[in-house]
Amino acid sequence: MSEGKILKKDDFNFGAFLVNNALVLVAVVMVIFTALFADNFLTFNNLKNIIANTSLRAVIALGVSGCLIIRGTDLSAGRVVGITSVLSALMLQRPDAASEILYPGLAGSPIIAALAASMTLGLVFGLINGMIVALLKVPAFIATLGTQIAIYGLNMLLSQNVPIGSLNQNYADFGRSGLQLGPLVLPWLFFVAALVSLFMHVLYKRTTHGKYMYAIGGNEIAAEVSGVNTSKTKIMIFALAGALYGLAGFLLTAKTGSSAVGAGTGYELEAIAAATIGGVSTAGGIGTVPGVFLGVLVFELLKACLQFLGVPPEFTNIFQGLVIVAAVALDIRKTMRKK
Amino acid sequence: MSDYILEMIDINKSFPGVKALDNAQLKLKAGTVHALMGENGAGKSTLMKCLYGMYFADSGDIILDGENVSFKDSKEALDHGVAMIHQELQPIRMMTVGENIFLGNYPRTKLGLVDHDAMYKETEQYLEAVGLQVNPRTLLNELTVSQMQSVEIAKAISHHAKIVIMDEPTSSLTEAEVAKLFEIIEDLTDQNIAVIYISHKMKEILEISDEVTILRDGQYIGTWPANELDNNKIIHHMVGRELTSLFPPRTSMAQEEKVLEVENFTSPTALSFKGCSFDLKRGEILGVGGLVGAQRTELMEAIYGIRLHEDEGIIKKEGKQIRINRPQDAIRHGIALVTEDRRESGIFTVLSVSDNVAIASVNQYRHGPLLSLKEIDSVVEDSIDKLSIKTPTHQTPIGSLSGGNQQKVILARWLANAPDILILDEPTRGIDVGAKYEIYEIIGQLVEIGKSVIMITSEMAELLGLSDRIMVMCEGRISGFLDAKEATQEKVMDLATRFMGQGQDQQA
Ligand SMILES: Nc1ncnc2c1ncn2[C@@H]1O[C@H](COP(=O)(O)OP(=O)(O)OP(=O)(O)O)[C@@H](O)[C@H]1O
Ligand SMILES: [Mg+2]
Repeated sequence: MSEGKILKKDDFNFGAFLVNNALVLVAVVMVIFTALFADNFLTFNNLKNIIANTSLRAVIALGVSGCLIIRGTDLSAGRVVGITSVLSALMLQRPDAASEILYPGLAGSPIIAALAASMTLGLVFGLINGMIVALLKVPAFIATLGTQIAIYGLNMLLSQNVPIGSLNQNYADFGRSGLQLGPLVLPWLFFVAALVSLFMHVLYKRTTHGKYMYAIGGNEIAAEVSGVNTSKTKIMIFALAGALYGLAGFLLTAKTGSSAVGAGTGYELEAIAAATIGGVSTAGGIGTVPGVFLGVLVFELLKACLQFLGVPPEFTNIFQGLVIVAAVALDIRKTMRKK
Repeated sequence: MSDYILEMIDINKSFPGVKALDNAQLKLKAGTVHALMGENGAGKSTLMKCLYGMYFADSGDIILDGENVSFKDSKEALDHGVAMIHQELQPIRMMTVGENIFLGNYPRTKLGLVDHDAMYKETEQYLEAVGLQVNPRTLLNELTVSQMQSVEIAKAISHHAKIVIMDEPTSSLTEAEVAKLFEIIEDLTDQNIAVIYISHKMKEILEISDEVTILRDGQYIGTWPANELDNNKIIHHMVGRELTSLFPPRTSMAQEEKVLEVENFTSPTALSFKGCSFDLKRGEILGVGGLVGAQRTELMEAIYGIRLHEDEGIIKKEGKQIRINRPQDAIRHGIALVTEDRRESGIFTVLSVSDNVAIASVNQYRHGPLLSLKEIDSVVEDSIDKLSIKTPTHQTPIGSLSGGNQQKVILARWLANAPDILILDEPTRGIDVGAKYEIYEIIGQLVEIGKSVIMITSEMAELLGLSDRIMVMCEGRISGFLDAKEATQEKVMDLATRFMGQGQDQQA
């Protein structure tokens, strides 16, 4: 019987394991290193921050993941987060705030109304993206590059380029606090992200929409021939992504307690990078929700480690850039690997 | 013996869940055509990929010209004179013939730029060697499959290949093109180049090859001179049991009722189908014959909603007129199509066997918003059973299955969808003899329960052996119908060439 076991061990390919999990391993090493050499890294407060950041980014990355799986992309994610973040802030300014109120008619809305408005606005932008991609057949890269620029312009108009603060206290509390578990505070954002993840996981794995999405990513012509309504599926994917960015915008403002036109800048690239680290293939048809979540976590841990090690922001950027390239290179290595 | 140019000995190769090669062996003499045969999934392509540097064998020896080799990639194999024409051709369609041939070793000018003049000039010479009359500056996109293949062979010649591997080269060629390929192969052997030839077509094998090696389940069964073999012996070695007839016995199930009527279908494209009308009866197998290029595929794809047709064309299902603008409409009306081009419009390479089977029928497994994974599993299990699909698990990506098994998965997809009318375009392409028989049986079972089948096939035996009625097309038009009882090869060929060379004094 021992022979069988030895065979099993032979089966385990160490090199392949390294390639498949390279970035996760890098993250683990970094965390250990940082824990040993930086002060205050292993604290409950820091853990809370990392969880909150991961939760917020996960919502965005899950939105983008669908677009990536169908071999598209969505560069408008960050700007949609920005404009919905501003919208949430405008609607939830305290009417009695000391600072200037931009739109007295909007300020003082119920929290739930701000949430609904943000998600709806995101959905509308997503629908527009989806229709440009599916009906006008513009490549997603170009389509969303265009809309993201336009959305930023809209946001400059909406926010009038001033920061928006003095928000509804309950709203800000919701963004900052969480469930007290002994010494650890588990942010409310985490529960939102968990719900979204669960929803997306079921959507991807257990619904016709999910099957259609993977089919389009796998081979769009074959999907069409198999009776998949490819246009409708694509529009739904972009629309859902938009709604999730809207949710993220709402959460972002709650978390920071204020908003401005620059909110969400660059989030789309982080989200795409995180999804790729998490195993979503740029070649289409491949990607899972737990993978995306893990990818976001790895990315956030790397960022936190660099910060705690006192690496200057310039170098943090360089490092992040390298990680993104490495993630895609490794992804391609995986699909091309000689069997 | 030392007159072997290549010896592959005791080659082993495992993939997760399968032992694809189990002490496989192949000994090749210079300047001969050596056929490699076996059922779908027997390991033929895998053995060749081990030789060509696409896979590493787990163990075993590859001796090329007396030298022990193991190529790390295809480029190295090419440099050593081993070239391969793949089962699924993958040329770079947006590059020219010349660029494709010289891919990887472009001639350079003194400045280090690509020397286009030299490249195209040399290309001409290689094209001549394979008798291909096209401009070297033509885009690959504009060539037929057969011409693309000739380009591949020209590329092999340009590398001074000593061994050319051809994996199912004739699966999408016309008879004339096959004859031409055989001429090229003879030319190659005359120049002492050895050819390894993989095919499921017995007739070709017996005609072209000098020796035949047979694999079964990755194991070496034996090598015989081709003239000592015949159909039955080959089948016996391949499947390990007797196969008494090629077609299951059956009687026509055709009823009077017409399930499908197609009237006056004309393509908006000039040289495509025109004025096509036919009907299909319940329980009938309607074979569609004709030469490649007769627009059979185009007509069926138009009926299915993949291609356009002029407005005056009408489709009636069970007497009622229906409109089909896209595949979804066809599927809704119970019409399914298994397309001809597996790689382009059939398989989802990276997706699992399970997803590939379930995609066209997902709606059946939906209860409320959710799919029942259990139901999908049982349908997939059933398909694997019924079509004896060789796959390690349901979750294996279809891309890692053998070509024939991929084809079976696509058939399973449409069987799961349970259409009233099943249109099959070359359904047994790349499928081994045993599996063909199984597919014929399944078609028989379908018509027995009142389904109807339209089958495009370029294999005469299949057309004559399986159809209740045969419709023949020639140059976009339907040239006639034959009842199975009266049909012969000559009558079919006569109809298939009826409108050819019209305008010249050929035919009335
Ligand atoms: N890349 C791969 N990963 C996993 N399994 C593979 C891979 N390539 C081949 N196989 C498996 O190896 C076996 C042999 O496949 P191979 O393609 O060599 O068959 P074949 O004899 O060429 O069949 P066909 O006549 O259908 O083309 C099959 O069971 C197949 O599923
Ligand atoms: Mg093969």
